[in-house]
Amino acid sequence: MPAGDQTVSRTRIPSRLRKALGLAPEGPHYLFYRHGWIVRLTHWANAAILFVMLLSGLQIFNAHPALYWGRSSDFDHPILSLTARGTDDAVAKGVTQIGPWDFDTTGVLGASKVDGQMTARGFPDWATIPGPQWLAMGRLWHFAFAWLFVANGLMFLVWATWRGHVRRDLLPTKDDIRHLPQEIVDHARLKFPKGEAAKRYNGLQKLAYSAVLFVVAPLIVATGLAMSPTMDAAAPWLPWIFGGRQSARTIHFLCAFSFLAFFIVHIVMVVLSGTWNNLRSMITGRYAIEGERAP
Amino acid sequence: MTDSRRNFLKAALAGAGAAALSGCTRLSQKPWVQDALGEVENLTRRVQRVFAGGHALATEYKKSDIAPVFRANGTLNPSTDEYAAHAATGFRNWRIAVGGLVEKPLSLSLDDLQAMPARTQITRHDCVEGWSCIGEWTGVPLAPVLAAARPKPEARYVMFFCADPMGNLPSGEAAYYYESLDLLEATHPQTILAYRLNGQVLPIEHGAPVRLRAERQLGYKMAKYIQRIELVENFHRFAGGKGGYWEDQGYSWYAGI
Repeated sequence: MPAGDQTVSRTRIPSRLRKALGLAPEGPHYLFYRHGWIVRLTHWANAAILFVMLLSGLQIFNAHPALYWGRSSDFDHPILSLTARGTDDAVAKGVTQIGPWDFDTTGVLGASKVDGQMTARGFPDWATIPGPQWLAMGRLWHFAFAWLFVANGLMFLVWATWRGHVRRDLLPTKDDIRHLPQEIVDHARLKFPKGEAAKRYNGLQKLAYSAVLFVVAPLIVATGLAMSPTMDAAAPWLPWIFGGRQSARTIHFLCAFSFLAFFIVHIVMVVLSGTWNNLRSMITGRYAIEGERAP
Repeated sequence: MTDSRRNFLKAALAGAGAAALSGCTRLSQKPWVQDALGEVENLTRRVQRVFAGGHALATEYKKSDIAPVFRANGTLNPSTDEYAAHAATGFRNWRIAVGGLVEKPLSLSLDDLQAMPARTQITRHDCVEGWSCIGEWTGVPLAPVLAAARPKPEARYVMFFCADPMGNLPSGEAAYYYESLDLLEATHPQTILAYRLNGQVLPIEHGAPVRLRAERQLGYKMAKYIQRIELVENFHRFAGGKGGYWEDQGYSWYAGI
């Protein structure tokens, strides 16, 4: 690992702004090599892949914007549906139904504007790849990038397991679990670890990363495969363990939105705990730590 | 987080997202992108075939799993006078021609088909749109029908030509629904020419008098209103050349996923 080098700031930037942007602090600090190149490469590849997967997935979902539980679709009792109300010529209203509840989501879910015209659509055109209703193309994007998602994910997981990254840095320890309440309070107060403690992931981070890597990612691949009729012939237990193909489709959808929720929290945390410092560490690998390097 | 930072972040994310999104939409129009993404279909097909092989059976369900209402999709009633005349006489004179690369072309009436050993299977129908319905299908396995026609060694695909009109081809000719399977899928034990659904005579909306069931594929593969079966070496000369009506509209030929 390269040695961290002392840096001297040349320009005068107000310390509050410096802190807000996550620039290296004015006081004593050093750059710590935090992320290896495989982590950085697979991280950014994954960001691009998940973007395409989520938005092409919403395009596919729009072909039949309803979710069910079980083996087949009970069309009268979806768990969730995004529908349009009004006449065929004039869509007036978009309705999101979740269980027994209806919500007016006109303009976003169920009905949204396409070329200025209110149109029946599950998710709006700014949330799908491609933008217009085009199931065939959505499927091409989704199934091509699914291979990249699996290849990229496996590359990371194999490396991370082999090099001990999983055991050492990602899986929460008993200590992490014991400190979780304190960790939650600290996060709520936007108090983030400094100095030596900033070199490690905290308990909440470990939990979030582990959940996404070891639960959501495998689950989304398995439920995706469970929707394939040929895979179901090859492995009839695959849809069975999820309670049927339509349940698998619903879990697939929930996993996709778990990724989205993770992404939103991740971005907020990156910004709150020092945007540039975090970005730099995921680009060059180097993260600024306040204080003197331990001898 | 201060308002200005939040707004900046939102604007940056929205801007990057919108640029990537419109990029993907524009790329979607380009034939080379469609071809490149479509190439992946071959990888998917090969890998799935490694797992499923020729004989892995689709799950068969119990009577109690049958959906109360089996959704009909696509053409619900072919809009031609010929079809209406057949329907009015209970398809008494309907014939299915089996030809192309075969030693012994056949012309089968409904009675001929029903005289052959039948197979009944309760299976799940998966539409490309995402929904599923379970129903009980009865029909003649396609494999012995093809065997009776004695396929020539160069035959690789089985084409199904249907009675439902689907608008016009770019040439101005009338287009009809059609589909194709390769021999592996066509001779799979659960691939049948179905003439009954849930114990009843196959309803018109489900493809009367005979439709295809290919249980390891998506619904659009399962041609309805079948009039002619043809064995071919490749399907490039038919309609849009992609092997099926929906394939000509950009859907994948391999519909196992």
